[in-house]
Formats: sequence, C-alpha cells, structure tokens
Amino acid sequence: MMNSPTGATASTEPARAADDTAAVTAQGLTAVRGGRTVLRGLDFTIPSGRITGLLGPSGCGKTTLMRAIVGTQAQVGGTLQVLGRPAGDPTLRSRIGYVTQDPSVYDDLTVRQNLDYFAAVLFPGRARRHDRRTAVARAITDVDLTSHADSLAGRLSGGQRSRVSLAVALLGTPELLVLDEPTVGLDPVLRRDLWNLFHQIAADRGTTLLVSSHVMDEAERCHRLLLMREGEILADDTPEALRRRNDTATVEEAFLHLVDAAATRATHPETAPPEAGHPAAGHPRTTHEEPRS
Amino acid sequence: MNSARTLATAARVLRQLRHDPRSIALMLLVPCLMLFLLRYVFDGSPGTFDNIGASLLGIFPLITMFLVTSIATLRERTSGTLERLLAMPLGKADLIAGYALAFGLLAVLQSTLATGLAVWFLGLDVVGSPWLLLLVALLDALLGTALGLFVSAFAASEFQAVQFMPAVIFPQLLLCGLFTPRDQMAPALEALSNVLPMSYAVDGMNEVLRNPDITPDFVRDALVVAGCAVLVLALGAATLRRRTA
Repeated sequence: MMNSPTGATASTEPARAADDTAAVTAQGLTAVRGGRTVLRGLDFTIPSGRITGLLGPSGCGKTTLMRAIVGTQAQVGGTLQVLGRPAGDPTLRSRIGYVTQDPSVYDDLTVRQNLDYFAAVLFPGRARRHDRRTAVARAITDVDLTSHADSLAGRLSGGQRSRVSLAVALLGTPELLVLDEPTVGLDPVLRRDLWNLFHQIAADRGTTLLVSSHVMDEAERCHRLLLMREGEILADDTPEALRRRNDTATVEEAFLHLVDAAATRATHPETAPPEAGHPAAGHPRTTHEEPRS
Repeated sequence: MNSARTLATAARVLRQLRHDPRSIALMLLVPCLMLFLLRYVFDGSPGTFDNIGASLLGIFPLITMFLVTSIATLRERTSGTLERLLAMPLGKADLIAGYALAFGLLAVLQSTLATGLAVWFLGLDVVGSPWLLLLVALLDALLGTALGLFVSAFAASEFQAVQFMPAVIFPQLLLCGLFTPRDQMAPALEALSNVLPMSYAVDGMNEVLRNPDITPDFVRDALVVAGCAVLVLALGAATLRRRTA
C-alpha cells in the first residue's frame, strides 16, 4: 500500500532497490496466438512479495500473459525476466506455482493422491518422504479441504476442485504464485477466505502473487493492479492511486474511465490528451462504441 | 531423467486405474474371452486355432495398450494436467517411461492370463517356450503404448482418438499375415507389410509356435518390435511441448 514503486513515492526510493524487488519485469512483451497478436508490446513490473491483480474483460489476454510468465506460452517476443531468469528457464519450474482457470487435477484420484503425486514430482526420492508428507498436509489445510482429503477429485464441487488445483500449486512453497481466476464461481464466504489466504501467503511466506480476475470488486483486495484491455495495459498502479487519479469511487469506474479515454484517443488522435490518466473530462461516450482502427 | 519421478508417475497411473475396476476387468478378460471363442469356432481344425491363436496373443496387447494409452494421454492433455506437469520439474522421459512402465505391467498381467489360458486350458500347441510368447506379448504391449502416446498428440478429442484405432491398427492387422501368409500377398502389399511392426510381432509368435529353440528369425523379430517401440516412444516424447500456442 505505501511501498508502491510508482507515483510520488518512486522518487524517494533508490532505483536499484526497485529493480531488486521486481519479481517479474517485462519490456515490449508480445505474444501471438493462432496468427493473432494477443499481447501488444507490454511494459510492466510485478513487485516482489505483493499481490498484483491482473484485471480486464474476458479475452483481453490475461491468460496469455500469465502463460508467458510461467513459460508455457509459445511465440512470445520482447524481454520477460521472472525471478531474475528469462521466463521459461528450467530452473524456474520448481519456483513458480501456476493454477490454470480450469482445475488441472486428476479426477480419478483422491485429493490426497493428487497432492502426493505432484509432491513426488517436486520432491522426488525416499529421502524426502518427510518433506512430501509435510507439504501435502499443509497444502490441504491451506485450502481447507481436510474433510475431503480422501474424496475423489471428480466427485467434488467446482469450487472444491479449484481449491485442489490451488493446493497443488502451494505444495512447493513457490516464490511466485500465478493464479488464473481462482475465485470464479465461488460463494462470497469462500472468496473472502481465499483472499485472506492469499494475503497470509504473501505476508508469511514472502510469496509474490499474480491473481487474475474479471470481477472488479476483487481489485480492491490487491496491493497493485494491472488493468488490461485488448492486449494492452491501461494502468499499472495501486487501487487507491487509480481511484484518486481518475477521481472515481471504485476501481471499476476508474477502469471504465480509462477505457473511454483510450477510445477517445483512438478516434480523435489529434485532440488526444498528451498524457494517459488525464483525459478531457465531460466528454461522455457510450461504451458500446467500438472504434476500429 | 529421474527414476523416483518415473516410478511416482507409474504408481499414479496405476492408482488412477485402480479407481476404475471395470476398465481393468475389460482389459484382462476380453482377450481371454476372444481366445475361448476362437478355440470353439475352430473346434474342427486345431491347426488353424494354433496359428490364429498365437498371432492373436501378440495382437491383443498391442490393441488394448494402444487404446488405453491414447485415451489416457489425451485426457492428460485436455485436463490441463499435462501442461501443469510440464511446467513442473518433470522430465518428458519421466512421464513417458512412467506410462510405459504402468501399462507394461498391466500388459504382463493380461498376457500371462491369455497365454496361460491358451496354452494350458485351450490346448494351444506351442513347440517353443511359453515364456517367449510372453516376451513378445510384452514387446507388443510396449509398441501399443508407444503408438497410442504418439497418435494422442494428433487427436483433439476422445472421439478422434478412438478413430485412430482403425486407422493405425487395422491396416497392420490385415497385412500382418493373420489372414493370408505374407509371402503369398501381392509384392506391393508384402513390401508394405515388411515395414509395419505388427508383422514382426506375429512372425515372432509363429517362430515360437514352430521352433523349440530361439531362432535367429525370432531374435530379429523381437528386436524389430522393440526398436519400433523405442522409436515411436521417442517420437511421442517429441510431441510433448512445454510451450504451446
């Protein structure tokens, strides 16, 4: 909240410290999927040990961006440094936890059997049996599935299955946790509990979290936000700064404000304001107008 | 490659199967039932049963393992667990060897049952050692696993994966010498059958059927089947991509 490396505080922090605390640094990041450019030259940093929310409408490139960071996305251009290594580096595989949007677990294994197997991949060998047992027990407690540990994953509800998938990612105590829409379809109580867990993980284990969502009210729970739209980053700031800068009450309004400003610039490039974030006020536009350029 | 990860993968595949007893029963019992039927279909001509029975002992494990592996790995791809595993510190060889090990074990069980039934209860007249029959059956099972793994990369759904069975297996079945001896086929067909691995599986079985000892031909047949299995497994490994579009 107060140690955001942008805005007014940025000048007071030495530049090197800001570099050291970036878990992810992207410069001119592009990605092509099926001949379509999904990411259009993104520049951003994700601070270490904080929760960064990646927000934007469906299809704006959130998943592609996450897959690029994890190193499973093909045809990625530009520079992308993750935990001090180029994205996709083999040494990163044990340092990143990734939870895909659809739970990727074995439906025909129990919760515990799923975790046992993934733990065996992370900590192989007889000598590390104790590590495995501890990690599995902690992961099950983390996601609050102790009472379902011996149920088949396929028999669980959607929300429970996605928590199994999250538990798998928590096994290796990753330094970077990439979560693709982890709270979609969950009831409010569970969503609150999961966000508490994310904060606890960031605070206690020093883990960097990147959490995507298309629900804007979750934005308020993040330390920092990356707002995305159509393969571009509209804003990279703290929730408070976003609200303040756009003079809005919620992040959702700030996002709409920024989208309208971007649309205005695209249609009237000659009258475009010189700086993003200070769009000409009192210029009402309907959001349904989708200028093609 | 890491043997602990390979073993953990094999154990996981077997554990998944254990939750599906019906599939296990089908895998183990269907070949036995077919042999039983065959025995009584050719009740009047035991010679024919010997020929076809021995060939089938080689063909069953290939077909079963092909089907099981292609569906299992396709599920692994579509459920996202493959992507997850490849984003983890798991070698591709660990994954493939794990699958080959698990299904190989199942194939040993299946072949033992089928061979035992054929030799001791249905009177299949084998001159050579039943152990050699088992060896060829195991190699066939590995070949089936390898082919299944390979084609699953080209199937987008279970629907397509099942259709690959007739496409990949049936031509081999027709040309392997089960229906007509290979040397009596048209030269073009014989040449084609010479490059299909199932022909060597069936030839190998027939060598055991007719000769009391290990013949040079048997060694060649076994090596060809094993070589093909390893080659296709390597091709299968190449279809596993850590980065996908």
